[in-house]
Amino acid sequence: MLLSLLRSHLPGLKLVRLWTAAITLAATGVALAQAATAPDAMVRDLTVEVLDTIRADKSIAGGDIGRVQKLVDEKILPYVDFQKMTQLAVGRGWRSASPEQRAALTREFRTLLVRTYSGALAQVKDHQVQMRPYRAQPGDTDVLVRTAVVPSRGEPITLDYRLEKQDAGWKIYDVNVLGVWLVENYKSQFAGEISAGGIDGLIKTLTERNRQLAEAKKA
Amino acid sequence: MVRGLGASASSTARPGRWRRLAGAALLVLLAGGCATLPPNAGQDPRDPWEKVNRNVFEFNEGFDEAILKPAAELWLQLPAGLRECFSNAFFNLRGPSIAINNTLQGKPEAAVSDVGRFVVNTIWGLGGCFDPASDLGLERHEEDFGQTLGVWGFEPGPFLVIPFLGPSNVRDAVGILGVEPFLDLNFYIDEPALEYSIFALRIVNARAELLQTGRLIDAAALDRYSFIRDAFLQRRRSLIYDGNPPREIDPEDILDEPAPAAVPAARPPAATPPRPAEPGK
Repeated sequence: MLLSLLRSHLPGLKLVRLWTAAITLAATGVALAQAATAPDAMVRDLTVEVLDTIRADKSIAGGDIGRVQKLVDEKILPYVDFQKMTQLAVGRGWRSASPEQRAALTREFRTLLVRTYSGALAQVKDHQVQMRPYRAQPGDTDVLVRTAVVPSRGEPITLDYRLEKQDAGWKIYDVNVLGVWLVENYKSQFAGEISAGGIDGLIKTLTERNRQLAEAKKA
Repeated sequence: MVRGLGASASSTARPGRWRRLAGAALLVLLAGGCATLPPNAGQDPRDPWEKVNRNVFEFNEGFDEAILKPAAELWLQLPAGLRECFSNAFFNLRGPSIAINNTLQGKPEAAVSDVGRFVVNTIWGLGGCFDPASDLGLERHEEDFGQTLGVWGFEPGPFLVIPFLGPSNVRDAVGILGVEPFLDLNFYIDEPALEYSIFALRIVNARAELLQTGRLIDAAALDRYSFIRDAFLQRRRSLIYDGNPPREIDPEDILDEPAPAAVPAARPPAATPPRPAEPGK
């Protein structure tokens, strides 16, 4: 009786088992994919990698900015949307800028930021990254990831990121250091330059500053 | 940097010196001529006094170059451990102020923690030289009366550069000049020579801690004045919300659609989003 019951249900049981396996597999796959692209995990992995590299590299501790810049180029730049960053900082002026002007603005702003950021990064010694509470819904395409960089002695430095989900994955488009957003902090400066010399004036000022910094580095 | 000009209001014993100093400062300001002004100076609604502010800013930069920065660089020659001891002890003098402000802001747990910090560091940290409280998990808070006013719903008012003290706004100036001097333990040191020495060293120490930031700003800022102003305003807003300010949406940030040709040039006056009187916790 029992045996026949079992036998008659066997095909069904098999099917159930197959389905369970398929669903488990799919779920694992989804979880893995999410872990790989979740913006907070991305920021954490990125920061840990950069901090580890700096710690391991003696020439960076020795003040070799070129090495830091290479590190930034390779590890960080692929995850940053400089065009959006520039666009937001330029604000209203962006609409009237030609494609060439936009490209020049983005290029020069990126150079300036990479250079100053590398300078700050070169000061890092024994810092650890700490993730702060992350609140985002699964469907969000614009999120805030909050972290703190903690030195072995002294106060933690809060470091937050805004990221946007794009076709190529999550991209950082704004950074906050100790409560100060980078894009916001360039808006009035850019507006001042534009009011004085137009978009070309701003491009000229940025280019000039980058040239000075490059020369100061050589000297 | 807690007092400064506040001393002129809070002390009757030495008004003459302060008045002479203020007079000298005014003279230097006038003689120093004008800071270069960008064409849009004064148009930022947060900074209607930009023209005056830029001149005071120039004066402060001169004072910094000539006196404060060299003193800070000298201070940096001290062994790091000793500087840390001073730095901790100076911060400890602000302990009661931080506890009181946290109380006034309706954060009793934080205030209790601040009192604990102060007691632990004063006694076991040898007058605040060491910081055993942080090892016990009593973390540092950064509060002052300007923030308390902000939590109570007061608007920052126009941006303001205070001679010698630097960037501020009307609300924070009330706090730093009018109230903070009385909450700071420095004020209650009875020996004037000691009181002023400690006060001066605190300023030099604070400046020394900013030397690296200063170099970063030298490289990153296109216009030091607006860079420092905007950073100050953002930082203060963030502090009032204890690091979690709500996002401010700038209507200019709505980027993707091209501007329709018929859009009037004038932006609506309500461009600044309404600010809640009560910040999130």
